[in-house]
Amino acid sequence: MIINTDAIIVGGGIHGCSTALHLCLAGMRPVLIEKDYAGRHASGVNAGGVRQLARHVAEIPLSIRSMGIWERIETLVDDSCDFESHGQVLVAENAAEFDGCRARVAELNALGFTHEELIDGAELRRLLPAVAESCPGGVVSRRDGAANPARTTTAFRRKAAVLGTTICEGVTATNIRKDGGLWRVDVGTDTYAAPVLVNAAGAWAGRIAAALGEPVPVETIAPMLMITSRVPHFIDPVVILRGRKLSFKQFANGTVLIGGGYRAIAYQDRNETVLDWRQLAESARTVFELFAVMRSATIVRAWAGIEARMRDDIPVFGPSALHDGLYHQFGFSAHGFQLGPGAGAVMAELIVGGGTQTRIGDLGIERFRNFTPSESK
Amino acid sequence: MTMTPKRDAYDVVVIGAGPAGLAATATAAEAGLSTLLLDENAGPGGQVWRAIASTPVKQRDQLGADYWAGAQLVEMVRASSAEMIHGATVWSLDRNLEISVSVGGASAFVKARRVILATGALERPFPIPGWTLPGVMTAGAAQTMLKSSGLVPDGPTVIAGQGPLLWLLAAQILRLGGRIDRILDTTARKNYLAALPHALGFITSPYFAKGLTMMREVRAKVPVVSSITELSAAGDGQLASVTYAAGSKRETIPAELLLLHQGVVPNVNLAMAAGIEHRWDDTQLCWSPVLDGDGNTSVPGISIAGDGAGIGGADTAVIRGRIAGGAAVTALAPTAAAKLAPVATLRAAQAKAERGRLFLDTLFRPSIQFRIPQGDTIVCRCEEITAKDIIDAVAIGATGPNQLKAYRRTGMGPCQGRQCGLTVTELMAQARAKTPQEIGYFRLRAPVKPITLAELASVPTTEADVKAVVRG
Repeated sequence: MIINTDAIIVGGGIHGCSTALHLCLAGMRPVLIEKDYAGRHASGVNAGGVRQLARHVAEIPLSIRSMGIWERIETLVDDSCDFESHGQVLVAENAAEFDGCRARVAELNALGFTHEELIDGAELRRLLPAVAESCPGGVVSRRDGAANPARTTTAFRRKAAVLGTTICEGVTATNIRKDGGLWRVDVGTDTYAAPVLVNAAGAWAGRIAAALGEPVPVETIAPMLMITSRVPHFIDPVVILRGRKLSFKQFANGTVLIGGGYRAIAYQDRNETVLDWRQLAESARTVFELFAVMRSATIVRAWAGIEARMRDDIPVFGPSALHDGLYHQFGFSAHGFQLGPGAGAVMAELIVGGGTQTRIGDLGIERFRNFTPSESK
Repeated sequence: MTMTPKRDAYDVVVIGAGPAGLAATATAAEAGLSTLLLDENAGPGGQVWRAIASTPVKQRDQLGADYWAGAQLVEMVRASSAEMIHGATVWSLDRNLEISVSVGGASAFVKARRVILATGALERPFPIPGWTLPGVMTAGAAQTMLKSSGLVPDGPTVIAGQGPLLWLLAAQILRLGGRIDRILDTTARKNYLAALPHALGFITSPYFAKGLTMMREVRAKVPVVSSITELSAAGDGQLASVTYAAGSKRETIPAELLLLHQGVVPNVNLAMAAGIEHRWDDTQLCWSPVLDGDGNTSVPGISIAGDGAGIGGADTAVIRGRIAGGAAVTALAPTAAAKLAPVATLRAAQAKAERGRLFLDTLFRPSIQFRIPQGDTIVCRCEEITAKDIIDAVAIGATGPNQLKAYRRTGMGPCQGRQCGLTVTELMAQARAKTPQEIGYFRLRAPVKPITLAELASVPTTEADVKAVVRG
């Protein structure tokens, strides 16, 4: 059966779900196709950081746009998403790192961005009383925070469905093609047809782009996370280190999430990851050194979600450079969760209105127009 | 003395020193393979032969002849070239056959060419109202105390549930002078009829005569109420009474200790975390690994023997252990394989040992009201989530156990689903009118048993490991 619809979104991560929701708000009735279930991969199992802090300059406008949506997330999706805003703090462990922080904040200020604020040792310890005395200062982004990623992605999916999105879960989008001026995608025995196709397929999006003639330098990664047993409350903000690979967050129930970007081996086509415990041990050692209170905690679980990382660590976001009606929204390179709400809003503006006030020009796929797949590693 | 593995790579690593693990280890080591046996307990024996080498219970008839059968196998392993390490908690296994093990508060990594999982069984959850009260414990926990320390109950005690282990425990408690006030047998009346067609196999099985004798022995000393249809525990912060219904009869009896047991199920956590495919077993009402005749799993190089492969009991476990050990020998040392016991002999022995299993599985199939709780009854002990909480989450879009985590954190606590997983699957299947296979199970991840941050932090790294870390 051929089913005509306003737009086809491939991928049920936070980006696909957010775009579906915002298209509905703009009056469209899209279909969202997800091969597993919404939030199965990176969107559902990431660290949940809602972070403007320490972002690449090219994606700061999108991040700021998104932050505004996060702050009223419950009115948008009818669910708190467990969003909380206790700030995110970047910790410098030595003078050289602190100098780097100072230069970064100065650079942002010169560009007109004020969300990052340099803090001295005294303010650092006021925000993070448990941090090691030797840390000279850092940077804070006070409106930042965290949310529950699986709950958030599920909430976007649910609200998108309520507003009129057709959700197809557990089925793979195949035979993606343009025919008779419409994008056509097979799902089982059905074919969806629409003037608009959004490629939000995460780790699988690079294959879709390549099949449509737009290869990009993308790799599949699986950043590892681990969570501890409950420990007494000792920290509110999310903490990231400037030098070493560590991020750190205590939840209201006392459990502590430890991340930082060490990677598992991804077996993408089996939906599987194999953890690298020697590297997780590195994260454990860093926590052990910085926060004495954590030394008796136990590690309850560790995991990794599969996602796409671009060669330049910033996403592919915006219209195709090749095809009318094709839009890309992938490659968020391990920092796409916070961007999800804003990216969906902006994507809907691009699709419905043909443009947006949010500056996204440096994120387009045309930056890779000279890329040939042989360059890929 | 704490022993850590002497090498960082072995031909065969066996996990679990119960009947299957001991048999697999003996077989592999005898063929000359470098073999490491890792076991979490203080000594060999697993659950069924727990504390076989150290129990203070010396009068043999108190624990039964089957218990002492383990001693010979332990001697074989001790006399072999195999390394056997106790107090060794394996907390990670992956499809590349990398094993992370914690011994005496320090972690080590070993690599294997073949892994044989013999992680056995654990007790099926028994989620009745009040099951989380202090004073309510599993029969298995009571048996552990009995075997390891000779401890038996002396206050008002009720045993409720069904299955061979329930009667065995009751007999063992009585022989050691312990107190049992009442046995509440939850075996459903209709199960007797359903099991009848399989009775011939059971009557000719080794379990029949033993089981009958044991039940007679217990019934002679303890009042038994059969065909229990409702069961709950109550008390203010501590168990005070047990209420049951049997037919039209309803009674509340005082109790300080309630021992619950309704059978055992494969302990799948390590196998699932390794990515091994499992299927819902409609007869045994649990997840079982998908295996070939030699016990090989869907992950190349990993096999499973013993009750972890599907509940079969100790005799079956020994044979499955030999078969899995033999398969490892055939794969890694083909020349030594000629000396193995012929596979046909082992398979015949296995068929004999498995005789009567279908009868037991059918007779002791737990009733739905003791598997799928309702309302305020707690399902997830770690997060104190009730049946109603889960039904409510289903109503707003939680489609399976993994989606449920986002709403209720079930399965994310320290027990990693061991005490709630089967209940969650069956409860969600019922709520969504799906099969348990369609609903699925928690995606389990390492560490399969919690390890301290300090322990993980002290994991040894080499210079190469440090340099290999790509900063990005």
